[in-house]
Amino acid sequence: MDQTDADSNMDPVLVEGHMSFTLVTLCQAVGAAPQQVHALVDEGLLRPTGQGPADWGFSGDALQRTRVALRLSRDFELGAPGVVLVMDLLAQIETLRTRLRCG
Amino acid sequence: MKFKDYYATLGVGPTATQDEIKRAYRKLARKYHPDLNKEPEAEARFKEVAEAHEALIDVERRAAYDDISRRYAQGQSFEPPPGWDSGFEFTGRSADAAQSRSAHDAGRAAEFSDFFESLFGRGAVAPGDSGRNHDGGKGPSQGRDHHAKVAVSLEEACRGTRRTIALRLPVIDATGHATLRERQLEVGVPAGVRPGQHLRLAGQGGTGQDGASAGDLYLEIQVLPHPVFRLDGGDIYCELPVSPWEAALGATVAAPTPHGVVQLSVPQGSSQGRKLRLKGKGLPGKAPGDLYAVLRIALPPAGSAPQKAAYSAFASAFPACNPRAHLET
Repeated sequence: MDQTDADSNMDPVLVEGHMSFTLVTLCQAVGAAPQQVHALVDEGLLRPTGQGPADWGFSGDALQRTRVALRLSRDFELGAPGVVLVMDLLAQIETLRTRLRCG
Repeated sequence: MKFKDYYATLGVGPTATQDEIKRAYRKLARKYHPDLNKEPEAEARFKEVAEAHEALIDVERRAAYDDISRRYAQGQSFEPPPGWDSGFEFTGRSADAAQSRSAHDAGRAAEFSDFFESLFGRGAVAPGDSGRNHDGGKGPSQGRDHHAKVAVSLEEACRGTRRTIALRLPVIDATGHATLRERQLEVGVPAGVRPGQHLRLAGQGGTGQDGASAGDLYLEIQVLPHPVFRLDGGDIYCELPVSPWEAALGATVAAPTPHGVVQLSVPQGSSQGRKLRLKGKGLPGKAPGDLYAVLRIALPPAGSAPQKAAYSAFASAFPACNPRAHLET
């Protein structure tokens, strides 16, 4: 361990429901290349507002969806259609798990 | 530092082909990937598997690892001998590949163990810590945004809390040498956070280069499992056992909520699985969730003679009751 910062007090912002992203800020937040986000938009996983990439607006929910999509793409070498299929199936499984858990 | 047997981690022998290593990784990744497997130990297991794959799937790294591994066993104390890699001429092909990856693709390497790092270096897979300058051009580039997780109890999610988080972030110094900086942040977690939501801490991510601003830090919320309550988005569910007579005749019973015990009216004629809603008693927020008490009828055993007599009287009072009527053909 080479350096240690003094404690800092932080009041964070809740992303979901309170923040939105442009293409540039979403790419920055998830470490994606723009073409990776383009592919997820093309497949319908992300639904930005706006007419084109330059004025796309993504809701805060896009952060989590994009992160999961990028992990699946990287770890299983999946293309965007495969990623979206897996995420649809995962959403179905989560719905069933919730039904089991909550009655 | 302990020596890691990467072959054992993947369940293959030292003579496995690259294809066999790839197949073994894929199989274990499908089993332990944290997006597919929600068991608590899955993520740690997946990281081990991913690290072993990263070390062995590159033929140059594998050759270097094989040379070292002849002298060590799994778990044995390990320090790389001085100049251990002097006999290997790394082409840097992997590093070139890393530079062409997105920051996310390379980011997994930041989670690899000290053992991996001691063998192959921090820069073996991950590019530097700058993030926004995707075109690889010169000039100031904003620090990369970082991600971490923060786990809170369900009660803390309900009322909010403060957490001190220890972070280890790689920092590139003026000589290009990567060092780890430990930071402690005290973070206010607002009331009503849901699992999977994120908190953004502006300027707390990776440092910028050439005077550019720092990146942001995102904290993903995890809500720990609770012995009584279950979450579905902002709604909270709990099982509420009631006696048969409370369900049949109606009663007012004490029901737990994360906000404290409330008196809940069980309507007469309630059946097993009936959901009683307490509006707005779920997670707080702009759209507060509800709390659902799911009734479970707890049938007391007929142990004593009076209890058996009570069940007999019960049967006598319902001569037409046939719960299996729908099964008769």
